[in-house]
Amino acid sequence: MKPTDTSNPDYFHKVVDCQWACPAHTDVPGYIRLIAQGRFTDAYMLNRKSNVFPSILGRVCDRPCEPACRRGRVEDKPVAICRLKRVAADNRGDVSELLPTAPKVKNGKRVACIGAGCASLAVANDLIPLGYEVVMYEALDKPGGLMRTNIPSFRLPVDVLDEEIRMIVDMGVDLRLSSPIESMTQLLSEGYDAVFVGSGAPKGKNLEIPGRYDDPDHVHIGINWLESVAFEHIDSIGEKVLIIGVGNTAMDCCRTSLRLGAKDVKVMARKPRDFFKASDWELEDAEEENVEIVINRSPKAFVMEDGKLAGMLFDVMEYDLDERGRITDTRTTGEEFFPATDVVLAIGQENAFPWVERDIGIEFDQWDVPVVDRKTHEGTRKGVFFGGDAAFGPENIIWAVEHAHQAAISIHKHCQGEDVADRLPDGQNLASAKMGIHEWSYSNDYDTSERKIVPHVDLATRFRELNIEVELGFSAEQAAEEVERCLNCDIQTVFATNLCIECDACVDICPVNCLTITADGSEEDLRTRLSAPAENIEQDLYVSPGLPQTGRVMVKDEDLCVHCGLCAERCPTAAWDMQEFSLLHPHVGHEAEPDTAQVVRKWGT
Amino acid sequence: MSTLCAGCGHDSVTGALVQAAFELDIPPHRMAKLSGIGCSSKTPAYFLRQSHGFNSVHGRMPSVATGANAANGSLSYVGVSGDGDTLSIGMGQFTHAVRRNLNMLYIIENNGVYGLTKGQFSASADLGSKAKKGDANQQPPIDPCQVVLALGGSFAARSFSGDKQQLVPLIKAGLAHRGFAVIDVISPCVTFNDHEGSTKSYKFTRDHYHPAIHADYVPPSQEILAEYDEGSAMPVELHDGSKIVLRKIDEYYDPTDRSAALTQIQQAQTDGEIITGLLYIDESKPEMQEINRMPSVPLATMSYEKLCPGNDKLQALQDRFR
Repeated sequence: MKPTDTSNPDYFHKVVDCQWACPAHTDVPGYIRLIAQGRFTDAYMLNRKSNVFPSILGRVCDRPCEPACRRGRVEDKPVAICRLKRVAADNRGDVSELLPTAPKVKNGKRVACIGAGCASLAVANDLIPLGYEVVMYEALDKPGGLMRTNIPSFRLPVDVLDEEIRMIVDMGVDLRLSSPIESMTQLLSEGYDAVFVGSGAPKGKNLEIPGRYDDPDHVHIGINWLESVAFEHIDSIGEKVLIIGVGNTAMDCCRTSLRLGAKDVKVMARKPRDFFKASDWELEDAEEENVEIVINRSPKAFVMEDGKLAGMLFDVMEYDLDERGRITDTRTTGEEFFPATDVVLAIGQENAFPWVERDIGIEFDQWDVPVVDRKTHEGTRKGVFFGGDAAFGPENIIWAVEHAHQAAISIHKHCQGEDVADRLPDGQNLASAKMGIHEWSYSNDYDTSERKIVPHVDLATRFRELNIEVELGFSAEQAAEEVERCLNCDIQTVFATNLCIECDACVDICPVNCLTITADGSEEDLRTRLSAPAENIEQDLYVSPGLPQTGRVMVKDEDLCVHCGLCAERCPTAAWDMQEFSLLHPHVGHEAEPDTAQVVRKWGT
Repeated sequence: MSTLCAGCGHDSVTGALVQAAFELDIPPHRMAKLSGIGCSSKTPAYFLRQSHGFNSVHGRMPSVATGANAANGSLSYVGVSGDGDTLSIGMGQFTHAVRRNLNMLYIIENNGVYGLTKGQFSASADLGSKAKKGDANQQPPIDPCQVVLALGGSFAARSFSGDKQQLVPLIKAGLAHRGFAVIDVISPCVTFNDHEGSTKSYKFTRDHYHPAIHADYVPPSQEILAEYDEGSAMPVELHDGSKIVLRKIDEYYDPTDRSAALTQIQQAQTDGEIITGLLYIDESKPEMQEINRMPSVPLATMSYEKLCPGNDKLQALQDRFR
């Protein structure tokens, strides 16, 4: 097998499963260690560098990091990464002195951002410190976009949202509220050096079935309805509510309904539970509030009585699944009526650009989604960039932030007359960090039965007002225990082939049998011949060149390693060494500073 | 965790013992670990934690093992010793255990130096082998395998801590063998004897390693399934129904012919080769309990009345000799 090329930053980056899974590549183990040391402000700032909105994301992030977490492979439950982020945000000190600032002398370039949601705000956060002037157009009278309109305040309190938006706006964004863009042509004629479209996916999908428009006042489109609730245009709903759809928006709709007077809320799902789009934790939170989730019911018609909505008729579905859980056959076995006073449709959303003229060089594909370069975020018209849900359809906040970082690089390159495609590569740094059994920064002496449960406000209290935040966050004691579960995957095991004397000490000591010294072979073959078979093919094998004495190879299965450091502790020649991995994932600041750019290029090789 | 130096060959032998005991499915309470003094003799602390154990006086482990075996021959006995514990202070004890054909596995973790006292040459150091500071050894070595053959022992093997593929089946064979099974394991001292000029370093051992006979252990209930070239495979049946399949790597080597084996080992020594594998086996020799016609029920499980029938019976016995 080809020896592993550890000079490619992707190799060790992938070992840090959480960081690799995070779209913005947040240094998760790094900030968890800072939390462990009580350095909450530093942890917050380390987060902010990558994901810009730690307080907000610490509550409502989609958490791609958690399913990836190595701890989840060791004992089922991952580290509660997202909630630890919130701990850093909740306990931090004043950060005003640490935030980036706009330089006194501007660089003379003006950038228009459409929409004041997470994507546009993150673009401003990256560009303003370089001297750019950012003009942000927002249709509503408050900034925040979907974070404000679609995420209920019992999950994301308004003051938390306002504070993190203010950090950016106060840098000097020219924020123009209640200023919807009606014409892209008009905007382009205003002489901006670049335009960033961060207008989100504001159009909720409709359900065109019989009776849809017979009582329109009691059939709501989920995201529009949530927005009306957020802006206090709606403050009540009927007693019996049906939510159609089972994504995260559906969870927000059902829980909001309960707070507006609904007594009986049912979430209607077309498919079985394994097919739900909502995150597990959002489902749990809804079910804790006694929301019933009814599966295998496909909407058929709205039923009226005396001209008023009486309920809905559903087809009862039956599915055949194959052994991998995929649907092979679908049947309708009957129909069922569910009474309802209101129905909320939460079956998805899409981006919509009625305000972009189709003859100005901005192309759209067959689904009416703009044609956008995945890497540069540039549309087909030079100088117009897309990010967030506006770019590739609905994703989530953390993806929008990463889009913004990448778009900011492109905007900078475009404004400076450089090639937007010529970007700095990712870089890495490895620094010896002796982490033996005596320096372990994680502990195995904890109760393995449960991941720490974040305390919630009790059911009676939480319904009293719409904006009572349900999650209380970890206490200091809980956080102190939870941080110890982090396996510090960024402390890498780095192997120096020329030093190895093949004494087997590492192989013998490894508590998880992830090391093997054996004859070389193809990857397929090697995977079957290790101390423990390497069955998780998503995780790499770390393979050395031929060893000095016998020509055999050292193989490490990255899937099993718990980064305990015992191999390095036992190695008599320091052929195994624990080294702290730092990823340098370039932002526009690195591109703009020639010195930094040089360092990144060096780290990248 | 082991407190030996990081990289010590003894830890690998420990690993091989754990693996062998696991693969043989030996319950911990059916095993007894014995040792004397030295780095090697510390290692029983690091494997089979729930087994019986005795850490004896320097070089006196064979006597303690003899006593234990006499009292309860139904256990599996494994003795772990070193080149000092066996070939210097314990040489007398060792040779008589060979003669007695005591039913146990006796592992010598052989590194050619006294590690605990900072690396003086031991009795197994080769002529001309260099100490860490550069002095060359002037006295000829004692080869435990040749000693076993010369004294009429029933099982002599040599292996290397860095070759578990060879060592693990040898340990299994040694445990299944009825009689005194000696495995001389070259186990480099990473601190005092792993430098250039040493003949017991990892590098030197690998460069001069010469496997002659490979031994695969086949448990009693299992058929011999692995494919062997005809003529080169030689199954040896052990008393418990298990088998050792000897695979000749050296065409001319015959591990059942004592004098031929001794010649080959001496020739290898002259050639500067470290000959390894199951060098000699004789499954027909009676072991200590048989020689002494001891009862099949272990003395340890007999009632006190039976073990000590009382003064009347003693008097009656003595009367027979008057």
